[in-house]
Amino acid sequence: MNAIIESRNLKLWYGDHQVLKSISMEIPEHEITALIGPSGCGKSTFLKTLNRMNDLVGNVRITGEVNYNGKNIYSPEVDVTKLRREIGMVFQKPNPFPMSIYENVAYGPKTHGIRSKTELDGIVEESLKASALWEEVKDRLKTSALGLSGGQQQRLCIARAISVHPSVILMDESTASLDPVSTGKIEDLLMELKSQYTVIMVTHNMQQAVRISDRCAFFLMGELVESGSTEQLFAKPQDKRTEAYITGRFG
Amino acid sequence: MGRRTKIENTVSLLKEKIMQAVFFIAACTSILAVALICIFLFANGIPAMVKIGLPEFLTGQIWKPGNNIYGILPMILGSICVTAGAAVIGVPIGILTAVFMAEYCPKQIYKPLKMATELLAGIPSIVYGFFGLVVLVPVIRAIFPMETDGMNILTAAILLGMMILPTIIGVSEAALRAVPRSYYEGALALGATKERSIFSVMLPAAKSGVIAAVVLGIGRAVGETMAVMMIAGNQPRMPKGILQGVRTLTTNIVLEMGYATDLHREALIATAVVLFVFILIINFAVAFLNRKAAD
Repeated sequence: MNAIIESRNLKLWYGDHQVLKSISMEIPEHEITALIGPSGCGKSTFLKTLNRMNDLVGNVRITGEVNYNGKNIYSPEVDVTKLRREIGMVFQKPNPFPMSIYENVAYGPKTHGIRSKTELDGIVEESLKASALWEEVKDRLKTSALGLSGGQQQRLCIARAISVHPSVILMDESTASLDPVSTGKIEDLLMELKSQYTVIMVTHNMQQAVRISDRCAFFLMGELVESGSTEQLFAKPQDKRTEAYITGRFG
Repeated sequence: MGRRTKIENTVSLLKEKIMQAVFFIAACTSILAVALICIFLFANGIPAMVKIGLPEFLTGQIWKPGNNIYGILPMILGSICVTAGAAVIGVPIGILTAVFMAEYCPKQIYKPLKMATELLAGIPSIVYGFFGLVVLVPVIRAIFPMETDGMNILTAAILLGMMILPTIIGVSEAALRAVPRSYYEGALALGATKERSIFSVMLPAAKSGVIAAVVLGIGRAVGETMAVMMIAGNQPRMPKGILQGVRTLTTNIVLEMGYATDLHREALIATAVVLFVFILIINFAVAFLNRKAAD
């Protein structure tokens, strides 16, 4: 197993409240890893430590390490903007910018210095094709992204994340606000994307974790209770608490 | 029991009706005020425009009430120059301040800064005028001793630029704060820096509100009278450079209204009509922008 991200004794506090209690875990490349657990268990917080989005929260304290390709992303010489370019993120609610569909996808590449129109056109088309949205929007690239349906907006956000060629994509309950059809489309998409990207997703939906994840990690009250292959975790959970959660006794 | 409830119902219904009438009358007051002002202005101003001739009035370059020559083009241009200058100074500073307050400002500084900008809005214009007279005029005179006595378009523009700051800051800041944070996070998550996220996503998303702020500020600058009168020089001649004294539409009225009679007096009211039309255009622009923002 080739771990692209590895956290070691990662602890996180919001003020005096400890949200993550010494998380150590390896995330293999080109697989889908699902983080599951009840609300408030720290899985979303853990996800946001991986691209340092927690930096935006005031009053946050982090100890331990998150190694990305062997380098600690919390060491002072790390360029956060470069890190976030390589570890992209799709949020819970679709958040396309109030611009055209084209501009949404071109925003990332432009941010990183690409100016050539033909190059941008190419990236936009390729990203929208990769997110299975191209056929639906190719005739209205110049119209506002806010006019798309929720599911389309979320696929646009995936295209936007892909446009800067990250190696990891973080998904923070990214299908939670969508209908089953849109969710299905995005799940199919993720299965395709994993050949090129490492996907780490937070989900409340255990069927979803079973359907598409290769590995699964169960969080409870800030602790990583158990992690392993999805098949094994659901068939033969090692910990009583995992068993209780996946059989629906709480959460 | 049932009967009593009925009476109570009738009483509360009546109360409601009375209160409704009170609110309605209160609301009518402002409409009535606007209507009366319109009627007064147009009834008194339009006859003068007809007598003088509208083209001569609006495009005439000479204002000599003593000789019955009433051309207000110098004042129209004066108002435009001074206002444009105020916008050049006030708009960038105001928008950047709003960005600072909404996105960068540490909590400890925010409160005093917010209070300062609100206080700036509350200072009477005569006090601004004195500040201009005592501070700005001597400074400008010292910088350009050969060209000006210190009372000119530049001085007025600087002072007006300061006066419109609170409007621009307040409205722009509110517009920026109304932009969903998810846009900001989305941009950061793509590897954009904080500055790029703010200037390429947040500010464009707040665009209609920021434009409304600018237009409101311009409205304030066009209508300002006292402060401008004290520092602009007030010469009724065509402005030929920013270091020349200038008279605006507002100051033209105030300076001469005290002693004007007959056609002179009517011509001043007609000047007010022109000013009123300016303000109307600005208000419609704001309404138009707000409607566009709502779409």
